Amino acid sequence: MKHLLSINDISKTEAVSILDTAQELARVSDGPMKKLPTLRGRTIVNLFAEDSTRTRISFEAAAKRLSADVINFSAKGSSISKGESLKDTAQTLQAMGADAVIIRHGASGAAQRLADSKWMTGAVVNAGDGTHEHPSQALLDAFTIRKHLGKSSSDLAGLKVVIVGDVLHSRVARSNVLLLSKLGAEVTLVAPPTLLPVGVESWPCRVSYDFDNALIGADVVMMLRIQLERMSEMFFPNAREYSRYFGLNGDRVRALNPSTLVMHPGPMNRGLEITADAADGARSVIVEQVSNGVSVRMAILYMLLAGAPDSQINGAIASEIGVNK
Amino acid sequence: MSLALPAPDITRALTRISHEILERNSGSDSITLLGIPTRGAHLATRIAAIIESIEKVPVQVGTLDITLHRDDLRMRPPRALMPTLIPALGVEARNVVLIDDVLFSGRTIRAALDALGEIGRPKSVQLAVLVDRGHRELPIRADYVGKNLPTSNSQSVVVHLTELDGSDQVLIEDGGQ
Repeated sequence: MKHLLSINDISKTEAVSILDTAQELARVSDGPMKKLPTLRGRTIVNLFAEDSTRTRISFEAAAKRLSADVINFSAKGSSISKGESLKDTAQTLQAMGADAVIIRHGASGAAQRLADSKWMTGAVVNAGDGTHEHPSQALLDAFTIRKHLGKSSSDLAGLKVVIVGDVLHSRVARSNVLLLSKLGAEVTLVAPPTLLPVGVESWPCRVSYDFDNALIGADVVMMLRIQLERMSEMFFPNAREYSRYFGLNGDRVRALNPSTLVMHPGPMNRGLEITADAADGARSVIVEQVSNGVSVRMAILYMLLAGAPDSQINGAIASEIGVNK
Repeated sequence: MSLALPAPDITRALTRISHEILERNSGSDSITLLGIPTRGAHLATRIAAIIESIEKVPVQVGTLDITLHRDDLRMRPPRALMPTLIPALGVEARNVVLIDDVLFSGRTIRAALDALGEIGRPKSVQLAVLVDRGHRELPIRADYVGKNLPTSNSQSVVVHLTELDGSDQVLIEDGGQ
């Protein structure tokens, strides 16, 4: 694994090994000494061309717990706001010796562009690109689900996951559908037809327009944020109607199985896609998702940065590997 | 490939090490056994069982993964992490006995000392190994040794344990790479 750009790029085995690593690292986060020397001397750049609270702080905490140096870099207050291109920004980061760049960008495919280019040599982690993917969020969601409901230690076989809301603008939905189905879960997307992307029928999941029906027997209900900032036209008549048909409220939560998890990647529009009593109720693991995010992102950085680059392993050091003990 | 230690000798060595640990620490009250995964962890479980059968009291036993503290992380592909299980009484003010299968360069034990330091401050740290094959690269020695095996640097020592490999034996392989 050189980069983490899309869930499509990682195999089931790799996904499970990230989750297993995260589980061990979570124990470190719970311990008295939260800092590990593993990535000492590595420089990680948080390149956030779009706003973020959770993801940026979470990657920063993860990098710092592994002793990496973190440089935070956001569009506001940097030369990106003066119109500097991604290429020039990347070359600047390369010149400063960044070992990894965690990029969030409004354009789908920005992370891929950065990884494919010769602008910089470090690892690229996609922290959300436009409406395309957000792989680390999907991994932390899978981690949270596995921790609570995983029947076997490895995957999520047989679990029913319902993902509800603004699928059209959601990078979280795409990454989650790909990852959770890869891990064996049955995923159902629920949204008004206007908020489903073209080509959704080719995704490895079912699609429903009836929220209440989809909730029957669900093990996990994952709500998506209505992304008003990306909406330039009318996708539903009004907020009250949307909440009535597609919002998670106290009544819908009470109808769920006692073990069903309520999840939301945040930030929430309270009162729109989720009501306060659903978001703060006993079944909600929304706050826990955030703390699991740190462990999962530590695992991602560990996998990408702790080992030798592939090119080096094939070189002179390979002879040493044979002589283990 | 030659057989350096057959199964009965491994059992005898572990029994002797168990007695030595008890003798040196005046019983099992103050000791915490920590095995280094994977084979060290199984050896720790066995030594704990032997000590329990002698002393008739439960022994604090756990595992300590050292992967995150290795100094050769950047020379190899990323390694999977193994579980670290610290027993209930922790390591604070305990006599911790680290247990591994083979003592070679000493780098694993250096990493283990670092990993241990992050968990707490033991009263003392001792080291028990099944095989000491020499060629130390750091000033580290074992307190309890199952068998000293003189080897050349090109050879490798392979430990098989019933729990993982179906049988108990220690083999010396001639390095042909």
